[in-house]
Amino acid sequence: MEEVEVNLEAQFEEKVAKDIRIEPKDWMPDAYRKTLIRQISQHAHSEIVGMLPEGNWITRAPSLKRKAILLAKVQDEAGHGLYLYSAAETLGASRDQMIADLHSGKAKYSSIFNYPTLSWADIGAIGWLVDGAAIMNQVPLCRTSYGPYARAMVRVCKEESFHQRQGFEIMMTLCNGAPEQKKMAQEAFNRWWWPTLMMFGPKDEESPNTEQSMRWRIKRFTNDELRQRFVDMMVPQAEFLGLTVPDKDLTWNEAKNGYDYGQIDWDEFWSVVKGNGPCNKQRIQTRVKADQEGAWVREAALAHAEKRAQREQQKVA
Amino acid sequence: MMHNHENAPHLHEQHFNTPVQDYAPEVKQLVLEYTLQLADTSFILGHRLSEWCGHGPVLEQDMALSNIALDLIGETRSLYQYAAELEGKGRTEDDMAYLRDTVEYKNPLLVEQPNGDFGDTIMRQFIFDSFHFFFLKELQNSTDHRLAAIAEKSLKESSYHIKWSSEWVIRLGDGTEESRKRIEKAIDNLWPFSGELFMMTATEKKLLEHGVIPDYSQIKNSWDAHVAKVFQEATLAVPQNVWMQSGGKEGRHTEHLGFVLTELQYLQRTYPGLEW
Amino acid sequence: MNTKEWPLWEVFIRSKQGLDHKHVGSLHAADAEMAVQNARDVYTRRMEGISIWVVESKHIHASNPDDATAFYEPANDKVYRHPTFYEVPAEIKNM
Repeated sequence: MEEVEVNLEAQFEEKVAKDIRIEPKDWMPDAYRKTLIRQISQHAHSEIVGMLPEGNWITRAPSLKRKAILLAKVQDEAGHGLYLYSAAETLGASRDQMIADLHSGKAKYSSIFNYPTLSWADIGAIGWLVDGAAIMNQVPLCRTSYGPYARAMVRVCKEESFHQRQGFEIMMTLCNGAPEQKKMAQEAFNRWWWPTLMMFGPKDEESPNTEQSMRWRIKRFTNDELRQRFVDMMVPQAEFLGLTVPDKDLTWNEAKNGYDYGQIDWDEFWSVVKGNGPCNKQRIQTRVKADQEGAWVREAALAHAEKRAQREQQKVA
Repeated sequence: MMHNHENAPHLHEQHFNTPVQDYAPEVKQLVLEYTLQLADTSFILGHRLSEWCGHGPVLEQDMALSNIALDLIGETRSLYQYAAELEGKGRTEDDMAYLRDTVEYKNPLLVEQPNGDFGDTIMRQFIFDSFHFFFLKELQNSTDHRLAAIAEKSLKESSYHIKWSSEWVIRLGDGTEESRKRIEKAIDNLWPFSGELFMMTATEKKLLEHGVIPDYSQIKNSWDAHVAKVFQEATLAVPQNVWMQSGGKEGRHTEHLGFVLTELQYLQRTYPGLEW
Repeated sequence: MNTKEWPLWEVFIRSKQGLDHKHVGSLHAADAEMAVQNARDVYTRRMEGISIWVVESKHIHASNPDDATAFYEPANDKVYRHPTFYEVPAEIKNM
């Protein structure tokens, strides 16, 4: 028996090494399954909780066009959460259980969504920076080793690119607008820049899961690699907008052909992860409330479907 | 990473470009007032539905609510754009939406009612969709070409909305004891606002004479029949002899609308005259 | 309140006339009608489809990956099923 297990494990490792996708019914190590469920559900939760900070500006969007765009965007995030929950469900996790874990605090989600959106420029900053960082993280996941996850990510990435563009467009309009709009944009940029850099996760030497995930090709680049790419990509864009990056240590490093950037406040990062961000409690309470207030609706639909099925059966009999 | 979309065509928003017809000034004024009334109606309802985004009872229905909201906001924009053209004073769709005050808004009271619980939202939507669907069907024959074209497009969307809200009324009515209690309460809350949809204001009466808008009494018949059919399947009773509230279509609103406008007009009011 | 989860449905979309329905993902719905509508709202927001099939996930029967060798490898040595197995003289066109 043990020998069979070893054999299966070897076959699995070989497939992964050859970039052959693992599919739901294929044999996989328990730890691989668990890691995937944890990562995919975290990712799904991030999409769902991520609807809230932007969602609260839908009703205050400053024009009809912006309102429609923002609503479509936040709705897309619901869709992305749904695709990802679906992918996790192919591994035997139930959506209800994943959501229960989110609500109990057992499951995590991206800490960035525990920061408040204070002005309209935050909607621009989130689209431009946060979605920009998300895409950076997500594009490599289109080639992740687990098939349903990779396919969900292809769909997500396709849809996500409009999100970043609409954010950039908002920033551009503000930066080219009146002085008070430009100020609004800079102020939002100042607040979102550092938390966005934290989105890539802890430094490589402090990221316990990275090595195994890289080996299983769930992850394809390390946190620090992606973070560096992000900084290198965003600094010229900020310059284009005429915004100042809120980092006095930011300098071009010719030798590494990239920017050196200042110290990230990891105490803040861990404190937000542990639940002490400005909005952690509020976000979860909002999700729990929606879930509880929806319970009677879900129950009614199911009860009705059962009644209808019974009636049809009687008709046949 | 901005993706490369070089191969994708650059998409543009679709606008209706039927020219404004050659109306006598007083008729034109009537069509303008009426177009604004229609725009206000879909706008306020779309806005209300958009409040649900992120708070729906289940992910799939959260998305359905947003889709309907997006349809209504799309319809709104076509109508405000037309209103701006009719007025001919250089105002934009956003000026119409963001710079008119409560008494200038002419939506019926129904659509400004708060979301309440999912049952209230469904009932508000059902009452509206059952009107909107049959109304748009008739409006397609309007002598006003633009309104007819907008109606034709919106009808496709409304056909889906009426299906969605009707099915939900049936599920909630014939679901659990609790859902039944809740949907009955929603009927109680919202029925008094159903009558206004069919009451004709002075503007509407005149436009009926010009063939711009359909006769609401015809639509009421279709509405009654549809409501009766759905309620029967939902095992719900159609309320009888209810006192009907009205006034919204003439600018006399419930207190809710002021708060809605305060929120949605906040940026335009705080920073007048800027582009966003 | 402890509610049961809505059943899971697999969604198949025909992206344009003439093509097969293709599996795109799954969703939850209380009944088939709702599943079709949800599929429309979830999977066709960007003109991805013109026709939708849904089937409750529990009704899908799949082959077992352990049978893969028994199922698919026997086809490997039936090369005569493929047109390129046959030699056609260069003079013969259109075959």
